[in-house]
Amino acid sequence: HHFSPDIRKVVQILEQNAREILTVLQSVHQPSGFKEIPSKCARARELFCTVRTQLADLKTKFPVEQYYRFHEHWRFVLQRLAFLSAFVVYLESETLVTREEVAQILGIEVVREKGFHLDVEDYLAGVLIMASELSRLAVNSVTAGDYSRPLRISNFINELDSGFRLLNLKNDPLRKRYDGLKYDVKKIEEVVYDLSIRGLAKEPESGVDK
Amino acid sequence: QPFLPPSGEGCPRKNADAVQDRDASANPSSPIIAVFKVFQQELDTKHDKYERLVKISRDVTIESKRTIFLLHRVTSVPNAEDILNEADVKLDAVRQKIGLIAEELRGEDIYQFHRAFTAGIQEYVEAVSFLHYIRHRSLISLEEINARLVFMRTEKVDPKGSDEALPLGAQVLTFHVTPSDYLLGVADLTGELMRMCISSVGNGDIDTPFQLSQFLRQIHDGFSYIGNTGPYEVSKKLHTLRQSLGKVEDACYALRVRGSEIPKHMLADVFSSRTTLLDPEEGVV
Repeated sequence: HHFSPDIRKVVQILEQNAREILTVLQSVHQPSGFKEIPSKCARARELFCTVRTQLADLKTKFPVEQYYRFHEHWRFVLQRLAFLSAFVVYLESETLVTREEVAQILGIEVVREKGFHLDVEDYLAGVLIMASELSRLAVNSVTAGDYSRPLRISNFINELDSGFRLLNLKNDPLRKRYDGLKYDVKKIEEVVYDLSIRGLAKEPESGVDK
Repeated sequence: QPFLPPSGEGCPRKNADAVQDRDASANPSSPIIAVFKVFQQELDTKHDKYERLVKISRDVTIESKRTIFLLHRVTSVPNAEDILNEADVKLDAVRQKIGLIAEELRGEDIYQFHRAFTAGIQEYVEAVSFLHYIRHRSLISLEEINARLVFMRTEKVDPKGSDEALPLGAQVLTFHVTPSDYLLGVADLTGELMRMCISSVGNGDIDTPFQLSQFLRQIHDGFSYIGNTGPYEVSKKLHTLRQSLGKVEDACYALRVRGSEIPKHMLADVFSSRTTLLDPEEGVV
């Protein structure tokens, strides 16, 4: 039995879904987009419905106990979807989406034994992709005249960085992706610095004790 | 373009301050830190298991290879039976190691850890199929291999009080060699058989080469049928297999054509020089 062709068909649809969600969310980087964040998040959440349907279909295309045999087929798109989930949740609440929440958004499990699940490394990869997106958002916030958002993003990313430092990673793709986090941290720090020396930055409401 | 391009140069507030601020915001009791501690444990547990499997697999590889070297000696000793019995004992020990792999994999998705132990298992397949060929002049099947990878374990008291049908204290553990690992092990076997062919000629055995040639041809034809539809590694090994088959067929040809003319003790030299001079692409079916 060859499962791969059927799996690939569904994965292609999922990749298309992911691109559509990204298109909606990308627009927050434009100056006009900032005001429309809530509606964009709502729209993205609608599009996740389709994703849930597709993932439910994907589950049926192979024996459930062979998840890791075919994992490479959907690893990329699942990481993208984790990123998009994390991005939506951050835009909504400025918090880190939990693995459980991502699984809920995607309609999949967290625990392998229960079925098609979100591997912790794919969740973490999604978080790291979001970190890059946030460093870009910090820059574009300033352009759009929002000078407090970069400070909040800075605190958030620094906390993420501290969290990632706790992990003992192997020399694998996740580690390489984590290596990119320091550039995101640096980029955001520079934005914050630029704002502070020009007197443009106010401490964020949830202030940090200095 | 950003109104204020992020500037890196001339930043007097250097890294030290930045790190301090960064750590100040990293409250050790923050929910993010707490959740990452959980991730740390999860990843460590997985990596530890992977490493344990790598270590066991290395032992399996080494002992299987030693068994193969042992088996090559059957062509040069009068009593092959001693060697075969010794090989049995060695492979039993290897099977025990595979039992340890099965224990580590209990309740796991084997494909999550497959790369850790695939090399060892392929080597085991090579060794056990080599022994089987020497004894029975046939190819051991995947089912026969897996039938011997069944392990009994005495179970500790199950605190959950499971209602399994098994008698208290006993548990059956199985290890399944995948079809892919089986194929790859058999592909490597053909290399050993080719060596055996050459060395058996050197020992004056002129029957084995012809038997081997026929056997290898059947294996080769089987692999050709699979062609590129199997795993990528199989296609790679198919190329080596063709070379091995070519060498064996040339050995048979030389024996047929010139065997009677050449003193036995020089036969092996004829084959080694002839086979190494031969372009690998020639003589391929």
